[in-house]
Amino acid sequence: MFESLSLLALQQYWWIIVSLLGAILVFLMFVQGGQTLLYTLGKTEAERTLLVNALGRKWEFTFTTLVTFGGAFFASFPLFYSTSFGGAYWVWMAILFAFVIQAVSYEYRSKPNNLLGAKTYEVFLFLNGALGTILIGTAVATFFTGSAFSVNEMNFSKWEGPAGGLEAALNLHNVSLGLAVFFLARVLAILYFINHVDHDDILKRSRKQLIYNAILFVAFFLIFLIWLLFRDGFAVNPETKEVFMEPYKYLHNLLDMPVVLVLLLAGVLSVLWGIFTSIISDSIKGIWFSGAGTVVVVLMLFLMAGFNHTAFYPSTFNLQDSLTIENASSSKFTLTAMSYVSLMVPFVLAYIWYAWKSINNKKISLSEMESDEHVY
Amino acid sequence: MNELFDLSLINWSRGQFALTAMFHWIFVPLTLGITFIVAIMESIYLKTGNPEWKKVTKFWMKIFGINFAIGVATGIILEFEFGTNWSHYSWFVGDIFGAPLAIEGIMAFFMESTFIAVMFFGWNKVSPKFHLASTWLTAIGANLSALWILVANAWMQNPVGMRFNPESARNEMVNFWEVLFSNTAINKFLHTISSAYILAAIFVVGVSAWYLIKGREVSFAKKSMIVASIFGIIFSLNTVLTGDESAREVARTQPMKFAAMEALYDGTANAPLVVIGGLTKSDDYDTHKRQDFLFKIEVPNLLSTMAFLDPNAFVPGIKDLIHGNPEQGIISTDEKIQRGKVAIAELSAYKSAKEAGDQVKSDSILAKFNDPIWLKDYFKYFGYGYYDNPHDLIPSVPISFYSFHLMVGLGFHFLALLIVIFWLTWKGRIQNNKWVLYTALFTIPLAYIASQAGWIVAEMGRQPWVIQDLMPTLTAVSQIDASSVQITFWLFAITFSALLIAELKIMFTQIKKGPEGGH
Ligand code: HDD
Ligand code: HEM
Ligand code: HEM
Repeated sequence: MFESLSLLALQQYWWIIVSLLGAILVFLMFVQGGQTLLYTLGKTEAERTLLVNALGRKWEFTFTTLVTFGGAFFASFPLFYSTSFGGAYWVWMAILFAFVIQAVSYEYRSKPNNLLGAKTYEVFLFLNGALGTILIGTAVATFFTGSAFSVNEMNFSKWEGPAGGLEAALNLHNVSLGLAVFFLARVLAILYFINHVDHDDILKRSRKQLIYNAILFVAFFLIFLIWLLFRDGFAVNPETKEVFMEPYKYLHNLLDMPVVLVLLLAGVLSVLWGIFTSIISDSIKGIWFSGAGTVVVVLMLFLMAGFNHTAFYPSTFNLQDSLTIENASSSKFTLTAMSYVSLMVPFVLAYIWYAWKSINNKKISLSEMESDEHVY
Repeated sequence: MNELFDLSLINWSRGQFALTAMFHWIFVPLTLGITFIVAIMESIYLKTGNPEWKKVTKFWMKIFGINFAIGVATGIILEFEFGTNWSHYSWFVGDIFGAPLAIEGIMAFFMESTFIAVMFFGWNKVSPKFHLASTWLTAIGANLSALWILVANAWMQNPVGMRFNPESARNEMVNFWEVLFSNTAINKFLHTISSAYILAAIFVVGVSAWYLIKGREVSFAKKSMIVASIFGIIFSLNTVLTGDESAREVARTQPMKFAAMEALYDGTANAPLVVIGGLTKSDDYDTHKRQDFLFKIEVPNLLSTMAFLDPNAFVPGIKDLIHGNPEQGIISTDEKIQRGKVAIAELSAYKSAKEAGDQVKSDSILAKFNDPIWLKDYFKYFGYGYYDNPHDLIPSVPISFYSFHLMVGLGFHFLALLIVIFWLTWKGRIQNNKWVLYTALFTIPLAYIASQAGWIVAEMGRQPWVIQDLMPTLTAVSQIDASSVQITFWLFAITFSALLIAELKIMFTQIKKGPEGGH
């Protein structure tokens, strides 16, 4: 069935899949957001343990989504993988370090004789939460603002900026997305705690924190979005494949793809609705609205970056070296083979759903922390 | 041509990859094996209803959890290092190599991470049958992740199922099944997972032996030993078989690696197998890296038999492979270098013709890249064209030789030990044999050494290739400063060492507490 699709259709299909993985990843980074709130929401050791365990049953999942996002990007757009990872060396290394220290922290934090002490592992979790979200947000923003790299005729790429990608942090537009993702992750974490943790004091603090974090999130997100709609974008001439700067390119993308426009607005409203109802009422369902809204909004942002004749990974060093979904992709054969693999995704989602439902039917509480179960 | 490349960058990048891979490989084999051992124990618990088996299961599960976390921490680095440090490689082969990595994520890692949660947190929440199924699925998920990454690695040793596309200047996949089911891939997978099962069996047996030495947890330790030793014996046999098969595959597809593994310089028919030997530099070391045997014990004809199933078969040595051996139909490395240079020149000519819009010329070159005979006679040696000196193509002989012989020797030690342990435990005499118990305890580190040695043979023995005959290591590297890699190398070394120490301390504490201790 996939054999009959054109190369371009396969490239678009894979751009959607990669975008969807990225979107789910941003939603799941509520785990990271929660890690930055351990001390804000948990005032005693027992409360922090409760929060760590609430997050601890999900962290592996966020992590795996990140890994799969990387693998899927490698398989479908290898030129992006080689250019970005090999060039923006320091940004990606910083992100990787942040995830290395996370992976051990849950398991080792409360174990006796753990060398570094529980505090250190909690600091690791905080660092992962803050660096992971801000850096990933900043790195994704370069899809719209560009980076200084070149690609030669053998398709070997080279970074032309001196700082191995860290220069992206000097661009305020990039940073606005980084901070928006950071506060979004905290908002989602609070909504998750409201939904899942059975502890009155934590709930009270959560609802209060929700207001501050939501305000900051909305502020940074609006800065990013409005700036995006008014800036020049990296357009591709459909005939000659030449890349050129087009004023209001991303605004044009929205107007040219009304479905994206409508879904983007719906997604934003859904995020806000989840926050709003959780502030004004006792509702515990906010996470579902804000979570689903997050997935949709991020997916639409990725589509704005890659569709409608746009270069999704622009080079500011030489416009013509910019990467598009057409020139960065794998061969038709590989994309076809991988498309068959992608048919497994619904099945994977189904068993994840089933397994989670069966162990999550109760809220997490202090009394569970004292049972003989596996406790972090 | 070598001068064009920054050797210090290449060496630091290699070092960094080796460091992170070897750290990853400290934790992975235990995961691969112990998940199955735990699943078997839980099955026995369900079958017998004996709560002691539940205790046994939960204890090894806890040990698994401690080991698993750091395996994940080191794995993520590896995946992204293909991009950060080997970006040219990632482009050159991404069309083929990326697919297994993506499939690994979709198929294996999600399975593992979902069911691991049920396994750890579900004891009182799901039915015993569902819990048991989750334990088995965790084991299967872990082993599936090994499958895909090993397929990718096997493809680098023996690139099949692909075609070079001069347009994009990279290799493209044309046959997925050939990549998945190449002999190299099958042997590599079976050999690697069974060797991991041995390591896990030795680990469980060794820790149980420690309890018996201390006179503690006697019934617990014996139960663990029975399961682990049977499991270990079965897979020791399998490791020997698949290792032998792997060696044959190496002799066929990577003759230089094979010669280095055996320290064979002058090829010969009726080649003997050196069982034990010591090497020393010869006068000819500087040009040919030649080493002579100080001493050796050998079995006549066995190497020829092992490599080609024929005692009279000719086994090429390093010298034959470098200088050629027309009688045996082996072409010299000089000749391969010349042919490689022709292939590289054709590719540049194609690019220039395209640039100049010379359709006739570019079409005529393109025809060559589609011509099976030209591909076999010239393109096959593409990577050689980056070299000038044939002697650069010899891997380190002592490293290959010693690690190979160490691995094989230890393999037989493990098999013998596991049989003895099984027998004594079965007969109820194991506690009285202090000597055997101490041997079991001290064999734990040997299992790790054998396992690392295996990868050293496989990976160092194929140098200087990242992809056999097609891509030399020095062209694979990302264009970054050597100093950046140097800094991250030390950061990784320090971070991983600290985490390893933490892991060991936690693990030892848990073992000391025993199955009765809390979390
Ligand atoms: C799928 C690919 C793959 C897999 C499964 C492994 N490696 Fe590897 N290894 C590479 C892909 C690779 C590589 C990227 O191709 C390197 C980097 C530079 C090179 O020449 O090969 C490499 C180099 C490399 C080196 C350095 C060789 C040298 O530069 O002289 C060592 C010691 C190892 N690896 C060890 C391991 C261990 C212990 C592994 C088991 C976990 C392992 N490798 C799995
Ligand atoms: C260079 C090659 C390798 C890469 C890029 C790689 C990548 C990874 C990654 C990203 C993870 C974390 C996955 C998660 O989110 O849970 C991981 C874990 C794991 N990997 Fe690897 N890996 C490599 C080599 C291997 C090999 C050779 C094997 C086995 C033969 C293996 C088996 C496993 C297993 C069993 C895990 C689960 C975690 C554990 O217990 O250690 N990996 N690997
Ligand atoms: C006893 C007989 C054994 C033989 C004949 C044997 C043979 C081999 C050969 C020829 C290779 C290289 C394959 C390549 O380069 O592609 C290899 C690799 C390897 N061996 Fe062994 N081996 C044996 C035992 C063991 C044992 C006991 C262990 C560990 C407990 C082990 C672990 C490994 C590993 C991890 C690799 C790297 C993965 C691979 O390339 O398959 N082997 N072995």
